[in-house]
Amino acid sequence: MLLADLFYPVNPLYLEFSVVLLGLALLVVEAFVPGCSKKALALIGVTGLLLILLATWLPWQPLDPSMASAHFYTWDALALFFKRFMIVMTILTMLMSLPFVPSIERSIPGEKSGSGVGEFFILPIFACASLMWLVSAVNFIMLFVSLECLSIVLYVAITYFRNDSKSLEAGTKYLILSALATGFLVYGIAWIFGTTGTMSINELSKAIAGLPLSSLTPLLFGIGLILVAFCFKIGAVPFQFWLPDVYQGAPTPITAFLSVASKAGGFVILLRLLEQLYTIPLLAKKMSVIVLALAVMTLLFGNLAAMAQSNMKRLLAYSSIAHTGYLLMAVVSIGAPLMGMAIQCYLAAYLLMTSLAFLVLLIVSQKLSNDELYSFQGLHQRSPFLACAMTIAMASLAGLPLTIGFIGKLFVFEVALQQRHYGLVVIGSISVVAGLYYYLKVVRAMYWQQPSEGAYPIVVSKKIGCLIGALAGGIVVLGIYPAPLFFLFK
Amino acid sequence: MAVFFIALGGPARFTALLATGLNLLLTLFLFARYDQLIGGWQYVREMAVLPQLRLNFSLGADGLSLTMLLLTTLVSFAAIWTAPKIERSPQLFYCCLLLISGGLVGAFSSIDLFFLYGFHEIALIPVFIMIGIWGSGDRQRAAWKATLYLGAGSFLVLLGIVALYLSGPAGLRSFDVRSLLEMAQSDLFHPASWIYLLLLAGLGTLVSLFPFHSWAPSTYSSAPPSTAMLHAGVLKKFGLYGLLRFVLPLFPEAVTQFSTLLLALLTCNILYIGYVTMAQRRLDWTLAYSSVMHMGTIFLGLASMNMMGLSGAGLFMFGHGLSIALLLALCGALKRRTTTLEYHELGGLAKLTPRLSLLFGFATMASLGLPGFTNFAGEVLIFFGATATAVIDHGSLPFIVATIAAVWGVVISSIYMLRAYRAVFFGALRETARCAAVQDLRPFEFLPASLLIVCLLVTGIFPKLLLKMLTLAFS
Repeated sequence: MLLADLFYPVNPLYLEFSVVLLGLALLVVEAFVPGCSKKALALIGVTGLLLILLATWLPWQPLDPSMASAHFYTWDALALFFKRFMIVMTILTMLMSLPFVPSIERSIPGEKSGSGVGEFFILPIFACASLMWLVSAVNFIMLFVSLECLSIVLYVAITYFRNDSKSLEAGTKYLILSALATGFLVYGIAWIFGTTGTMSINELSKAIAGLPLSSLTPLLFGIGLILVAFCFKIGAVPFQFWLPDVYQGAPTPITAFLSVASKAGGFVILLRLLEQLYTIPLLAKKMSVIVLALAVMTLLFGNLAAMAQSNMKRLLAYSSIAHTGYLLMAVVSIGAPLMGMAIQCYLAAYLLMTSLAFLVLLIVSQKLSNDELYSFQGLHQRSPFLACAMTIAMASLAGLPLTIGFIGKLFVFEVALQQRHYGLVVIGSISVVAGLYYYLKVVRAMYWQQPSEGAYPIVVSKKIGCLIGALAGGIVVLGIYPAPLFFLFK
Repeated sequence: MAVFFIALGGPARFTALLATGLNLLLTLFLFARYDQLIGGWQYVREMAVLPQLRLNFSLGADGLSLTMLLLTTLVSFAAIWTAPKIERSPQLFYCCLLLISGGLVGAFSSIDLFFLYGFHEIALIPVFIMIGIWGSGDRQRAAWKATLYLGAGSFLVLLGIVALYLSGPAGLRSFDVRSLLEMAQSDLFHPASWIYLLLLAGLGTLVSLFPFHSWAPSTYSSAPPSTAMLHAGVLKKFGLYGLLRFVLPLFPEAVTQFSTLLLALLTCNILYIGYVTMAQRRLDWTLAYSSVMHMGTIFLGLASMNMMGLSGAGLFMFGHGLSIALLLALCGALKRRTTTLEYHELGGLAKLTPRLSLLFGFATMASLGLPGFTNFAGEVLIFFGATATAVIDHGSLPFIVATIAAVWGVVISSIYMLRAYRAVFFGALRETARCAAVQDLRPFEFLPASLLIVCLLVTGIFPKLLLKMLTLAFS
């Protein structure tokens, strides 16, 4: 009886608490159980997260509106989808870190071997918890706190390779620029609070509707500042400068996490905010012009700059900017019935294909200890399996049909056409063709060119092979039969 | 129908040959079993994919798609059979060929526009890889050019398809060709004419309609013969198939509205490219350009918009697919022997290689539309159809000009094909080392070519075999 009372109807806040507890427990185990293998630690973490992922399908009840926490935390379909999204990405990041252990050991100065590896597995769990809070945040304070939590974890994770100057440089860049963005965010929140008198995002439109026209300017100023902060998070032009350097310097699994989870978190908040602002016709017009301009710049810059890259991680960084552009294309079309689905679908596709690309990159670069494009030369002869997986990832990123990337692009272009953003669609089309070029550059390197230093084969361990196979299979199967994906959106 | 998916189990030469052979037999079986009394779509299999978008994975075949399927399986079989020994990663070679062929089979048997488009796109990366690895000449440039052109073209098609989907009434929107046509007939559905232009530009790029043709010649001359056979023979027909399948029936008004534009472009295809072809001094470039030129004639059949013109276009698509594949296969065989295709370095090969020259002669005759070959029946029907439209239109000038150009095109193509034939096989035997020790065709080259010729002759003498099916599709 007591047990049932405790768990049903359950307070969804327990989800995040259990993630944090999992992280803390792992830290304790790492510190106090001598001889505990790091791999076991990672596997416990992955299992725990999988259980929590399953638990999201439990019949959670929305928070009682009379509770104080209900003003901070929402439990809607969007939040639920992105909580699952974050957990999946964290699991993938941890699994990706497994073949990465040799690199970590090499780069961490320590007395005994394996020191510092455990934390590398545990850090993403905390980042995951803060992102799960972030996607539920409906209050500026909550938003700010969860964002800061995330940033602090990421500062540590990005500079994890203390011996590596690139990693340090990336961390410093991220620290300074992220701190700057946070400053913008707080300042913007202050302005909005000053004009509207509310901290709640959900009540924003109501508060704005009652405002006199004269307070529009300070309000817009505040909104602009907040937009700057989130454009930084999602890597929209002109706030993208940190991206290539940080992606290149950060440890590869963290780069993947940054590129997928952190970006998705930014988009959720952007959606929540814009949905409120779009209910005011005067603001809607202004906002759509701003977002349109952002989308156009991001699409063009990301795609055109990516064409010239010769470093794989930088190429993926610019491609990540380009994908932000496509997502912004969907955001501009706010109001189209399928807009939310388009963004969710695109991000889910992005998760699969980016993880796969980074995973293959990680394995290839481990062998040659660099991540230039030329280390992919002749990959087809060294490991047909990896080359095939990478081709699938690239085809999906380029948006070729029968891959999940195509379904995402289809949705995005559909909502954009539906809202009659024809100019944007033209820009989008140009970017798709440009994208085809630089993704195929990778395919060219793998198939056309001879390996640079003797064609010794790359052996992929069975477990990692399964993971790669699952990701590649997921991309193709969901590309042909995407219905399971849409089951998750409900 | 789902058996069409080729299992890529052990993709060596034998498996590939077996798979395409089985596919060919299966298609023949389906072709024979198609109930001509009922017509319409048969063997339909459906599976809901995305209920939110009313998207179904539906396969099926009607007269037009069965004809195209027959073409696909025939050419794939011949292309794989005629492939020489591959030095570098043969598995990948056959895998890519099978992917292209499988994608085409899927595209031609899809009823749903989404999958029709999707299956076609499978070919993009394999073609890129194949030209890059096993191509000849300036292959990297050719591969990039083809891929970017075709990628851009198909993206336009995609935009057109999405716009088409969105212009349906909400709630009834569908990608299904059948329900789109039903909606168009019951006046529920009025797609804007800019969508037609978008689709025409996109599909036109895929078919190498002037001025989007410049990818084609370099691709066909650089690609390995098997890829070029599949590409020129079948893949290019996809654009025409798309036009016949959904564009023309859905946009009858826009087609008439913009018919002058289309006629002007196709006249350029026939005359301009025709004269460009005559100026070529290499066999592979001549063939590549000739294939671009013949597309103009097919477009004329489409533009005529009547039963004769459309079924003529269908027949000519089939005939042209077989004959260009045949020519490219023989051209590849020739190149393996002489390592050059320049006319001034060749000549008199008929004495050394009687079998090759005999087959090439047949192929030449087929290509220039001699009676007895499928191409002749197709061309004649197209001319009749176009003339009929011109007459009904009270002598619309563009139609008359285009038809005259197309008839003149037959003369042009006779000139360059016969000249090519003469330059390579007749005249004095060049005493260069290249031509000295040339051997005749071996069975793996001889048999598939003969197979294609037999098919051309059979459908040329009895065009009714195919015409019955095609007229059913267009009625």
